[in-house]
Amino acid sequence: MTEVFGIPVAVILGQLMLGLVNGSYYAMLSLGLSVIFGLMGIVNFAHGAFYALGAFAALLMLQYWGVNYWFALLLSPLFIGAIGIVIERLLLRHLYKLDPLYGLLLTFGLALMVQGLLHQLIGASGQTYPVPSALSGAFNLGFMILPIYRAWVILVSVVICFATWYVIERTRLGATLRAARENALLLQAFGMNVPLLVMATFGAGVALAALAGVLSAPIILVNSEMGSSLVVVVFAVVVIGGMGSILGSIVSGLILGMVEGLTKVLYPEASNVIVFVIMALVLILRPAGLFGRE
Amino acid sequence: MSARNWTSGTVAAAVALLSMQPAWSAAGDQVVIGDIDDFSGLYADEGGPGGVETIKMAIADFGGSVLGKKITVLSADHQNKPDIGASKAREWADQDGLNMLLGGSNTGVNIAMAKVAGAKKIPYFAIGPGGASLTNEDCTPYSVHYVYDTTALANGTATAILQAGGKTWFYLTADYAFGTQLQAAASKVVEANGGKNVGAVRVPLSASDFSSFLLQAQSSGAQVLGLANAGEDLTNSLKAANEFGITKKMKPAALLAFINNIHSLGLETAQGLYETTAFYWDLNDETRAFSKRFFDKFKREPSMDQGGYYSATLTYLRAVKAVGSTDPDKVMAELKKTRINDMFAKNGYIRADGVMVHDMYVMQVKTPKESKYPWDYEKVVKVMPGEEAFGPITGACSFAPAKK
Repeated sequence: MTEVFGIPVAVILGQLMLGLVNGSYYAMLSLGLSVIFGLMGIVNFAHGAFYALGAFAALLMLQYWGVNYWFALLLSPLFIGAIGIVIERLLLRHLYKLDPLYGLLLTFGLALMVQGLLHQLIGASGQTYPVPSALSGAFNLGFMILPIYRAWVILVSVVICFATWYVIERTRLGATLRAARENALLLQAFGMNVPLLVMATFGAGVALAALAGVLSAPIILVNSEMGSSLVVVVFAVVVIGGMGSILGSIVSGLILGMVEGLTKVLYPEASNVIVFVIMALVLILRPAGLFGRE
Repeated sequence: MSARNWTSGTVAAAVALLSMQPAWSAAGDQVVIGDIDDFSGLYADEGGPGGVETIKMAIADFGGSVLGKKITVLSADHQNKPDIGASKAREWADQDGLNMLLGGSNTGVNIAMAKVAGAKKIPYFAIGPGGASLTNEDCTPYSVHYVYDTTALANGTATAILQAGGKTWFYLTADYAFGTQLQAAASKVVEANGGKNVGAVRVPLSASDFSSFLLQAQSSGAQVLGLANAGEDLTNSLKAANEFGITKKMKPAALLAFINNIHSLGLETAQGLYETTAFYWDLNDETRAFSKRFFDKFKREPSMDQGGYYSATLTYLRAVKAVGSTDPDKVMAELKKTRINDMFAKNGYIRADGVMVHDMYVMQVKTPKESKYPWDYEKVVKVMPGEEAFGPITGACSFAPAKK
């Protein structure tokens, strides 16, 4: 078999594929963070908590009302997004005029509360969410077995990422949102309802996190800790991509997923720090991030 | 009485009660049992609040008092941090008249607690940690390793799988003290029985995705996937192994699994898995009776740690009663010469190095078809006598020389 650095090519291809799956999650989560930061200036530390809530809502809907995966994929983001809107209305709204640090503290507190609540409700061991029958089974790619569900995750992620990018960068609505960030007062003078736009933006960002949560529910154990470890990595992804850059989040999410995958073969012990090493390098060499504007 | 008078009266009474408290607790007319465990993190379901409950059950069964003294329970969350565990143990020993210390999950934290207990001369029972170093390099004359250790787990699970034909092993190892000790113990058993260790990958604790590591295990061509990890890491790696079809070619070996892990995974994923345990709720009428009391409160069956908490508390209290004192040296001497018989252990004994030698059970997870009622998850493959499970005294503990 052909080898690179003493590792069979098939193994490397397999790891890149898996990296792409993980990168899809990073991309979707960092996308939501970027949208919220880019358009509102809020550093949303509760993003991991909303991700966990998304998975948790899907689990509860299945257990108590028999709502299947496909409906959960739609309902859970809507429901958690609505919770996001309530939080924006009641809490975040009062912080826009203050230093971004206050938003960070508030959302961090919220994240701890949600985590504690979920721990209380389902305990530390977590629970299993079944893979939907239409997506169970696996493809044989020759160099590896790829479960159909993981391929589905990549597909959904690419579609969602492209759609979000398109809406924000290429539509009139997106232009209005970006204008609201540049000069809210002027936009309001033109008769636009800026507070409504901001509220909807936060709701959409939260819904993206919840969607990622539902997508991950069949792969990992649904438990209270699932968001807290992920959110730190996702923040690093956002910083590497450039704070607030939509394209940067998507591209760096996917690339970092693959870099992490390769690290898992070359030096597994470092696999959970490699993203932060890259972040440090990027901050030294290009402080605004790969896609950020100075 | 007017509302204001009533309020001030209550406050005065409360203040009086509060100020009386220290005098009462410092008088030494009570026996204090302390439990330091993970109450909020990834291991909280193995012991945690359920463990405290079984300590209280043991005290209630003992009659609530010993030598005419009331028995009190203290508990604290070590948050998986050795410094918190050690300082809490020290605080209780210095200020609260601690008589017995129980250690929950996490080998790293327990090594730190054992050192404090040894220095303060407080009988210390390790319930949740697996690391066999607690009765070897890190042993103290006041330590008892009560429920299980990495040696027993490896002797149980690895031997069973080797006998079933799994000769070549690849390990997925949690990258900290417990994981590496467990892998080392299993590797030794594999080699001693004519098997071969093909390789291992060290996985950071609480990794979010195990599929990459599993593909490496698969490409090793080994027959057995040795999982030297625990809790959430174990369940997530098994889930992924199933998803990627790895369990079709490799036999997974969970070197440490608790009943709550099996419950989380579901039988569909966990079926066929071998594991080694000191206690299973459905072994006999005694364990079922105990577990029913636990279930009524927590709506789940107790883990082996929770069973161990109950038994260790009873064992300690019986020793205190037998010697008529809480003097640590007298109690330890009594503990090391008496046989332990209760719903948890039959004819168990604490040997010189502190290991509580008792039967271990090699279990296999049932298929969904075999499972007849809720929580009917496992069947006994083999009852392993204590001597076989825990092996001989190694001699690594300074005051317990290996027998020639």
